[in-house]
Amino acid sequence: MPENADRPTAPSVGQNDRVRAKQLTRRRILGGIGVAAAMGATGIVPIAGRLVGVGEPAAAAAGTGTKRQWAMAIDLRKCEGCVTIGKPPQCVEGCNAEHFVPEGQSWIQVLEIEGPGGHKSFMPRLCMECENAPCTKVCPVGATYHNDQGIVLINHDRCIGCRMCMAACPYAVRRFNWGEPDNPPGATLAKYSPEYPVPHRKGTVEKCMTCAHRVKDGKLPACASACPMFAIYLGDLTEDVATNGKEIVKFSRFLDENGGYRLKEELGTKPRVWYIPGHGQDSGHTVDTEIPLKPSRSWEEQGATLSADGKPQHDHGN
Amino acid sequence: MTDIVTTSANEPAAFNERVMAPLTHTGRAFWIWTAALLVLVAAGFGAYAKQVHDGLAVTGMSDTVIWGVYISNFVFFSGLSMAGTFISAILRMTGADWRRPLTRFSELTTVAALTMCAIMPAVDMGRPDRLWHLIVYGRLESPLVWDIIVIPTYLTASLIYLFLFLIPDSAMLRDRLGPTASRPKRVLYSLAAVRWNGSEGQRKRLERAGTLMMVIIIPIGVATHSVVSWIFGMTYRSGWDSTIFAPYFVVGALYSGTAMLITLMYIFRRFYKLEAYLTEQHFKYLATLMVVFGIMYLYFTFAEYLTISYKLESSDNFLLSELFFGRYAVLVWTGFFGGQVLPVALAAIPRTRTIPLLVVASVLANVGMWIKRFTIVVPSLSLPLLPYKWGVYTPTAAEILITLASFAGFALIITIFTKLFPIISVWEMEEGWAEEAEAEAEHPHRPSPLQQQPGGVAP
Repeated sequence: MPENADRPTAPSVGQNDRVRAKQLTRRRILGGIGVAAAMGATGIVPIAGRLVGVGEPAAAAAGTGTKRQWAMAIDLRKCEGCVTIGKPPQCVEGCNAEHFVPEGQSWIQVLEIEGPGGHKSFMPRLCMECENAPCTKVCPVGATYHNDQGIVLINHDRCIGCRMCMAACPYAVRRFNWGEPDNPPGATLAKYSPEYPVPHRKGTVEKCMTCAHRVKDGKLPACASACPMFAIYLGDLTEDVATNGKEIVKFSRFLDENGGYRLKEELGTKPRVWYIPGHGQDSGHTVDTEIPLKPSRSWEEQGATLSADGKPQHDHGN
Repeated sequence: MTDIVTTSANEPAAFNERVMAPLTHTGRAFWIWTAALLVLVAAGFGAYAKQVHDGLAVTGMSDTVIWGVYISNFVFFSGLSMAGTFISAILRMTGADWRRPLTRFSELTTVAALTMCAIMPAVDMGRPDRLWHLIVYGRLESPLVWDIIVIPTYLTASLIYLFLFLIPDSAMLRDRLGPTASRPKRVLYSLAAVRWNGSEGQRKRLERAGTLMMVIIIPIGVATHSVVSWIFGMTYRSGWDSTIFAPYFVVGALYSGTAMLITLMYIFRRFYKLEAYLTEQHFKYLATLMVVFGIMYLYFTFAEYLTISYKLESSDNFLLSELFFGRYAVLVWTGFFGGQVLPVALAAIPRTRTIPLLVVASVLANVGMWIKRFTIVVPSLSLPLLPYKWGVYTPTAAEILITLASFAGFALIITIFTKLFPIISVWEMEEGWAEEAEAEAEHPHRPSPLQQQPGGVAP
């Protein structure tokens, strides 16, 4: 494993904002080679050759690999809310299928936003994975927390259902299992972990978690792989790269050159989801059109296809 | 100035007989009342059992309006609990002699309200089976944990405070009712009396312990209402994101708690025939406190809404339009005029400072304050944080039943207490008469301590 003499300069994006490594438990899940292999295996373009040997020297020497710090970018120029293909938003669909999202919930919401000229465009709202996360601060039992890759997870075995985090979240990302959630057969078979919180549990809080179980294996989140427009990018702040499954970009430059911004920046929550503003593209969507948002629950219609480990197959176009 | 205690009833013997009557004689009305309360409490337990089984889906809450009447009740009961112990402690500290007949039921009100206040968040929990997680995994960073720490502390302190000043009366009950009372009561009185014999040393120690508790309990009371407000104040939501929320809640609590004392004083006076001891003058003194707290509360309300309505940040603008002119307007204005302006006016204007009108004012104040708490909790949650839809919340039957049960539980605690202990502190009244007699003997021409009002809160 080469020493990282050619280690790239620290990325400008997120450098100050990055969750300090020391704040996180130093659980090194990833082996860099493993990630590369997994990425290759799933057909995602490996993120350059940088994956190997770019960790801190000590870590590299120990063979434990890189500390990923995941982020997302959503290119609103490309998002058409899937109205142009006459389907419910595919990111929502992909998310629902991946997580067996309980009835009545939608972890991703595709919002309609209106430009100054009355132009309508769409904005998928994921969990912002804030670095200064209001939700983790207020949790009375530490059930919601950052993992060592900067993703806010929920431990559903610990959550007491007080919903303080839902009150605190300024983006209204969180959902609650008010009753007994419907767990289809596929969900019942899954092995629960905070990264893949299936089967769902009554009286606990749910949310998008950047598909922590997928990204750690080097796969794109379900929404990103399901997006037919390749509008959703997964980025790594440590490496300063991002990919939508089709192209690889230098994350900081991509955001700089395209006017990337974050929602409610002024609150100081330091979200890790950036948006590239739309520029008035005509999606053919008029003000009065209802988004066909009712998610089809694919596992109900087609029957869930399960892989050997009890997780659903997630092939949404990559 | 009228005498606090009329001369004819000044006889300790007459007082004793009157105040002890509820302990020895129980009429039919009492049983009907208690049965009605028990039915309500049972209905609440039934509704809660259903809620545990089916989850919070039986409530009207949703992913947007995540808290509803349970949390409103929580804030309301915490408010009721404020005034009792607080006022009792302040009046004792300042040596206000007119406190004597009021202290016992004030302290009782705090204990009863705080018990219900502590239950409410547990009722609201999605996973009540994991209540113990709060102890095992509790994080000091969470505002909710501040409440979990402070409210039981306040409850414990209030129980100790109630208990301390109950010791001499328990001894009296042990000696007087002991031989005739049932065995559980005998045990209760003799335990609560902790071998009190009224010796000089015991009196000194009681006084010292009492003074210590007064000093301790006032900051704990303030802390309680502060941390309740910070559950809301620590979030980014419009209407909650306010720096004055803690004092705003403290003053609101004092206002609604004082009003509750007036209501309860009337009920005791009426049903336990204590007109000679809970006099019109006592109503007027408490009314004065209510006016002071009410005006402070109006001032805070003004400051709170002026600052956000002047700037009209877009989310504040949404909220204020709904509060003042939109879907919450009827509630908000009813609460404001009916629950704040009118009660304060009734209690402030000399012509309307009569017992019946003060009772009306006190009930209106608490109805208004419940509405106020509801319109603090719900509208800020219904407000869309991004281009979402407005949240809609209507309490369901389960929530209404549990709410009614919590009020019934509050009343039940007080009702049962009145059958076990005198609702007016007998020994404090006797102490007052003794001091009066002493003063009379030494300086025959000086007004008695009961006529002087050293508390400084008298009008």
